[in-house]
Amino acid sequence: MSVSSPTSPGQQVEEVESITIRFAGDSGDGMQVAGTQFTNVSAIMGNDIATFPDFPAEIRAPAGTLAGVSGFQVHFASTDIHTPGDSLNCLVVMNPAALKTNLKDLLPDGILIVNSDSFGPTDLGKAKYATNPLEDGSLKGYRIIRVPIDKLNREAVKDSNLAMRDADRCKNFFALGLVFWMFERSSDSTLKWLQSKFGKKPDVLQANISALKAGFNYGETVEMMPVQYRVAKAKIAPGTYRKITGNEAIALGLVAASELANKRIVCASYPITPASDILHQLADLKEFGVKTLQAEDEIAAVGVALGASYGGAIGITGTSGPGVCLKSEAINLAVMTELPLVIIDVQRGGPSTGLPTKTEQADLLQAFFGRNGESPVAIIAPKSPTDCFNMAIEAVRIATEFMVPTFLLSDGYIANGAEPWLIPDLNKLPKINIIHPNLPNSGDSGKTHENGAGEPGKFLPYKRDENLVRPWALPGTPGLEHRIGGIEKQDVTGNINYEPGNHEHMIHTRAQKVANIAKTIPDLVVEGEQEGELLLIGWGGTYGSIATAVQRARRNGWKVGHVHFQYLNPFPKNTGEVFKKFKHFLVPELNAGQLLLLLRGKYLIDAKGLNKIQGRPFLVSEILEEIKPFFA
Amino acid sequence: MSATTLPVLKPADFASDQEIRWCPGCGDYSILAQTRRALSTVPFPKEKMVFVSGIGCSSRFPYYMNTYGFHTIHGRAPTIATGLKLAQPDLMVWLVTGDGDGLSIGGNHLIHTLRRNIDIKILLFNNEIYGLTKGQYSPTSRMGTKTKTSPTGSIESPIRPVSLALAAEATFIARTMDMDPIHITTILQKTAAHKGAAFVEILQNCKIFNDGVFDNVADKSLRADNALYLEHGKPLVFGKDRNKGIRLNGLEPEVVTIGKDCALDDIIVHDEFAKNPTMAYLLSRFSNPDFPEVFGVIRNVTEPTYEELMENQLAAALAKKGKGDLQKLFRNDDLWTVE
Repeated sequence: MSVSSPTSPGQQVEEVESITIRFAGDSGDGMQVAGTQFTNVSAIMGNDIATFPDFPAEIRAPAGTLAGVSGFQVHFASTDIHTPGDSLNCLVVMNPAALKTNLKDLLPDGILIVNSDSFGPTDLGKAKYATNPLEDGSLKGYRIIRVPIDKLNREAVKDSNLAMRDADRCKNFFALGLVFWMFERSSDSTLKWLQSKFGKKPDVLQANISALKAGFNYGETVEMMPVQYRVAKAKIAPGTYRKITGNEAIALGLVAASELANKRIVCASYPITPASDILHQLADLKEFGVKTLQAEDEIAAVGVALGASYGGAIGITGTSGPGVCLKSEAINLAVMTELPLVIIDVQRGGPSTGLPTKTEQADLLQAFFGRNGESPVAIIAPKSPTDCFNMAIEAVRIATEFMVPTFLLSDGYIANGAEPWLIPDLNKLPKINIIHPNLPNSGDSGKTHENGAGEPGKFLPYKRDENLVRPWALPGTPGLEHRIGGIEKQDVTGNINYEPGNHEHMIHTRAQKVANIAKTIPDLVVEGEQEGELLLIGWGGTYGSIATAVQRARRNGWKVGHVHFQYLNPFPKNTGEVFKKFKHFLVPELNAGQLLLLLRGKYLIDAKGLNKIQGRPFLVSEILEEIKPFFA
Repeated sequence: MSATTLPVLKPADFASDQEIRWCPGCGDYSILAQTRRALSTVPFPKEKMVFVSGIGCSSRFPYYMNTYGFHTIHGRAPTIATGLKLAQPDLMVWLVTGDGDGLSIGGNHLIHTLRRNIDIKILLFNNEIYGLTKGQYSPTSRMGTKTKTSPTGSIESPIRPVSLALAAEATFIARTMDMDPIHITTILQKTAAHKGAAFVEILQNCKIFNDGVFDNVADKSLRADNALYLEHGKPLVFGKDRNKGIRLNGLEPEVVTIGKDCALDDIIVHDEFAKNPTMAYLLSRFSNPDFPEVFGVIRNVTEPTYEELMENQLAAALAKKGKGDLQKLFRNDDLWTVE
């Protein structure tokens, strides 16, 4: 930490590697906007960023209550970071309820910026404070900055013609301006954003600009700010970047897949937190030929997607846990008829309605087994917001190449979290080659139907290639007329068949087809130690926390490796070999032990689970604490 | 695209190689035969016809047609048919369902598919019973029907499929019966010609579990007095002597004897093209013994289909924004470059 030249005389500036800041207030206080703006600015200034928005499920809980607190955490750094930060260097709270719910995450001696105007008896009561924490000495260990934000904001925007309620809505920009000063952020992109959003409402535009500037000036002028912080640009791979969230990346990945496959995508979904964004994004891309449909329910959504695939488009449906439950029968029809289908599950806290806006990864076993009978499907999971782009393309590739429903398991944390994305070159992404038959394929094979001898020149809908994949024959193709359905069928001919031997053969065939996907996926990569005492095993959105914990563990000299499964069914073909190189296995999961169960069962390793099911991502410290005993 | 003359097809060209497994005497045989006959006269390529069905005796239909076919899951055929139309709007999609598949588990999807005016032709075989699962009552079974799940008589008021279709704004609604093969053929030809959501209720006799429930109209000797055949532009006249008619008394329809109660001029003239569905709704309520059951085309209006509205929106987006440039879409307004 070095002290660099200050921006104002006498002002101390500290240079640090990273800062974690959280904005917290009532749901109506604009904390998500403030946090997003802070993130954008930091990314544009060249820091690596990671975010964690945390908001309640209700649209608007009663103002000032604990249930209504909404927060946005940003971790920005001059180094490569993978998590939004375990603890806060700076906490901005707009009301007592926000203080109550968020204080525990602030580091000792951390900076606490408080809107002192909102600490009256009513607000204190709603937050269930018996005494005023600003006065009772309970905040002694922190660097508190009391700012009368309500008053100052109203003063700043008084020249605009806004009613008081609208004027008050600008206070998030006052707070933003203040922290912009504190962390040497440039206001340029925020001013540009305000212009684009409120250009048609000059009063609102001017008021927000005034609030932002007033907050900034307040920091500069008033001598109660302890210090300014400088976080230098990070050393990241050269190229052009933008910020992206997981949901945005999925939408872009699907459109990219559409172009790489030269196929229309049809996305049918029912609105559900936290997946609705994907449908919103795709619905606005009609100039790419994307067709979207908001279905009457989850089952209709998957039915429309399946029908679209039957017709030769790429059928996609997006949902969360409860929607997957509803879609199970239709997914099974896709398994039986062997049609492509992409099912995006942005996982959230369950069971049942659960915790709609909180993250979890407890749908893995549902994806594997949540259907009647032996029902193998492909399952993949992105490990970060940017990985959502790559894995969305993979989902389309696998579904169409293997004529199989493919689950893409994301989660609320990476769906809403943001990080910098190196913009890819579309020309460098591999094409997805899809062929539809237009000729009969029976050759001169003998008997092909139950009441006659073989006929040359028939189309056999279940005649398979070397990977056991059947042809994707499209309605409308002359001469290939055939029927498919959910009843068990004779292999090759596709005729309804109840014979015992055939059924068992079909069960094994469908399973082997999914197993064959392993020929086309990358080997499991070991990060950190390539062999040793302990292997951390993860999947999905926990990558950042686990990777950071392993990094720190290795700095302590501990021999720890880390594998992160992006392909869950099938597992990569070298998985067994990798496990042989380690003595102990720890599987951190945001569930009660689902990958754990699968790995123990399939690979007979005595793996242990590190399970957190609290609707929040792992803190790096939580994982590091569990690694320690292996090296004590 | 060159103008290709379509091959002349016979009904047998629509027969698949599968052995038919419906019970002997099932009304479905008649419907199947007339469908093959009707389609052989429709000037449309056979390879572009698709039959999508749900689950039930009705839904075995696609296996017996030599066209593309998809036997899906209970109640969900409308959703799959919708997706199919989005992928290939030019296909002629027929949907075969039953009173259980379409009105019980599938009721919700039926309503939304009709209201969207997706261009598919829905054939609902109504036998007022669950046949495939061996004889439970259905949403159209009459009050008091005794079945395995209602041994002391059904206590549910049945739904009238045509009334539901009208409430869901279906643009083509017709009604026919398995025992009138010529009528089925005519209705199916008209159904094929309609652009938009078409709903056809076909009364079908289940010989094993609900035999004779439609005898009032199925029996040729009783039909004239119990059935009213609608024809556009013609007055609503029925009866053995063609002297019974329907007259409106305010909003109340009445059965009158022409020449005795009133003149022919007082009888309602059927207008299948009426935009206002009120008269159609009144007709959909007719049931024996007070009124004759109606058959024929009840409603026939033209509205933009969902698929064409969607294509229009895609075209409008193209016109406004130009073809999508994905490399440009990757880039948003806040970029930064690392050297």
